[in-house]
Amino acid sequence: MTDSRIEGWGRTAVMGQELQPDSLEQSPPVLFRGLGRSYGDSSLPPQESPVVVNTTRANRMLAFDGGTGLLRAEAGLSLLDLHRTLLPRGWFVPVTPGTQFVTLGGAVAADVHGKNHHVEGCFGAHVRRLKMRVADGRVLECGPDLERELFLATVGGMGLTGQILEVEFPMVRIPTPWIWQESERVSDIDEYVEKLKEAAPRWPMTVGWIDCLTPGRHMGRGILMKGRWAHSHEAPAHFPSEPPNVAFPIEAPEWLLNPLSIRAFNFAFYWKHLPRKLGGIVSPFSFFWPLDFVKGWNRMYGRRGFTQYQCVLPDAAGPGAARRFLEVLTRRGGASFLCVIKDCGPESPAFLSFPRPGISVALDIAIRNDTQALVDELNEHVLREGGRIYLAKDTFTRPEHFRAMEARLPRFLEVREKWDPQHRFRSAQSVRLFGDAP
Amino acid sequence: MKRVAILGATRGMGRALARRFVERGDFVAVLGRGADEVRRSVADLEARGVPGTRVAGFTCDLELPETFKPALEAAEQRLDGLDTVVVTAGAFATQEQLERDPALAARVLTVDFANTVLFCEEAKKKLLQRGGGTLCVFSSVAGDRGRSPVVLYGAAKAGLSAYLEGLDHKHRKDGLVTVCVKPGFVRTAMTEGLPTPPFAGDPEAVAGVVLEGLDAGTPVVYAPPVWRAVMTAIKAMPRFVMRRVKF
Repeated sequence: MTDSRIEGWGRTAVMGQELQPDSLEQSPPVLFRGLGRSYGDSSLPPQESPVVVNTTRANRMLAFDGGTGLLRAEAGLSLLDLHRTLLPRGWFVPVTPGTQFVTLGGAVAADVHGKNHHVEGCFGAHVRRLKMRVADGRVLECGPDLERELFLATVGGMGLTGQILEVEFPMVRIPTPWIWQESERVSDIDEYVEKLKEAAPRWPMTVGWIDCLTPGRHMGRGILMKGRWAHSHEAPAHFPSEPPNVAFPIEAPEWLLNPLSIRAFNFAFYWKHLPRKLGGIVSPFSFFWPLDFVKGWNRMYGRRGFTQYQCVLPDAAGPGAARRFLEVLTRRGGASFLCVIKDCGPESPAFLSFPRPGISVALDIAIRNDTQALVDELNEHVLREGGRIYLAKDTFTRPEHFRAMEARLPRFLEVREKWDPQHRFRSAQSVRLFGDAP
Repeated sequence: MKRVAILGATRGMGRALARRFVERGDFVAVLGRGADEVRRSVADLEARGVPGTRVAGFTCDLELPETFKPALEAAEQRLDGLDTVVVTAGAFATQEQLERDPALAARVLTVDFANTVLFCEEAKKKLLQRGGGTLCVFSSVAGDRGRSPVVLYGAAKAGLSAYLEGLDHKHRKDGLVTVCVKPGFVRTAMTEGLPTPPFAGDPEAVAGVVLEGLDAGTPVVYAPPVWRAVMTAIKAMPRFVMRRVKF
């Protein structure tokens, strides 16, 4: 078999072999990957033994209880596939990230969060059971009340504790498949953070997009979105149709994204929302997964691709943390398209789960010659604020920065050591950050 | 509403096709190798099927002709009848592997031709007994013309296609419709590791095309459909050209 290019969503790549069996029962003891939507190198195999197993053909539902919503499925099942079957019947996943191109195994491994984090926590908080194959070849079950240590290391553990074969969690009953959304134009970052916190007790889902280019008085102006499932008397009677797919046509040239075009985009996005407040019924597709209908939108960033920088600035950093972060960013010229901002609820007991109470900021950065320096500077700032970064997005963080951010890391590594002392399950990211060697 | 038995429904194109059937309310019997695989696929179809769909599963192995009749009978019994039989199962190996390993060659030739035909004969009897039905079998574009990368596999599939055509001529008047599916290159576990040619398809898209052809009783279905044009061109190519080109 010849080597092929295995890419993360930000287009960082390793040349190697991506096996894609129908069944995961007899796969070699290497890293699993799902749909490859983690931005950086967490789903890429290590350079020195570049073999990874793609789980997406293992996509069978194994049990669904139409009364309680409890679902058990193979780890390669995607949220897209799941919702195509169960959304018309009134069921939704307890937590969804901003894309449906995520497998259940990937959702567990990255412990994904969504617009309802302040209420429902991460995906892993809803998982009852995982079936795993660990490094010595044993197949076993774990959960919050069974092999708890392994479970807590696996949720958010980026696939490094073993192979996730099956996932069991309850789907959630929804009143209608439509969303009641209210959106609001907010004129600066401090007001923004205030409004997010204000909305938290009243709205089950919140998120916002801010302009992270404009410095000064209007720094961090943006659009705050709040949503809840629509009641049947508000919602249209028909089922929302999936938006038609368009493909991003070309690998864009790098000059396409320049300070001027990005500024124009941010300006348009902000002023498109002319009235200060808007409200109404929207489709779940545009509310939860606005970019999913543009296939291959990552090609917008050209040949070198991009990285997403996502950090959480803890409440303990005090008021103004988001403003201070944006100051660092705008001083460097911003260089990002829209920036996504969201408040996080309580921290999960899972050892490497990303969110913690505070403000999460995520921005896409086209890779240029100075990207490493930019990420270093942002990381040093986040460290000073006591925050941390999200592994599912990361390509550039230095090991010493990550260790300093992540007080829970020794605990994770200790449990991983117990289950996989030879580090059979390692990724390009774990080699970079934890120094895994064969 | 159809009552369908699918040999090969546990994986690849068979799995995708079985899902299409239950999503519109047809009854499906999963026939496949390995009790656990069959059980998992039955569970999947039960979860995906619209309310009222019936799903059953039985082990059946194209390498073991003695399993054919019992599996079809069990399927018929559990679904209260059987009007459609689909075969997506088969064996594949590259020309290089088949030349190197005569035992493997014997296996692939037997499974893809002799045993598939024997299975069809059993299915044919069942369907004719009840006054007809549809027999839909996955052959391959590889059987359309002798080509150097698929000398052996292509020969088995050519034999199978010829058998299916004969069956269709003989029995359409009796109500037995034979549908020969000729998939082009489809990205499944079977083709994993092979270089992907142009016009490659995915199992889900192929399932949609096959379902349409099966409902309409189209005798030969190319999937993805563009392969009909590709194969027409290849079949029209003079021998001296075929000898020179690589495919």
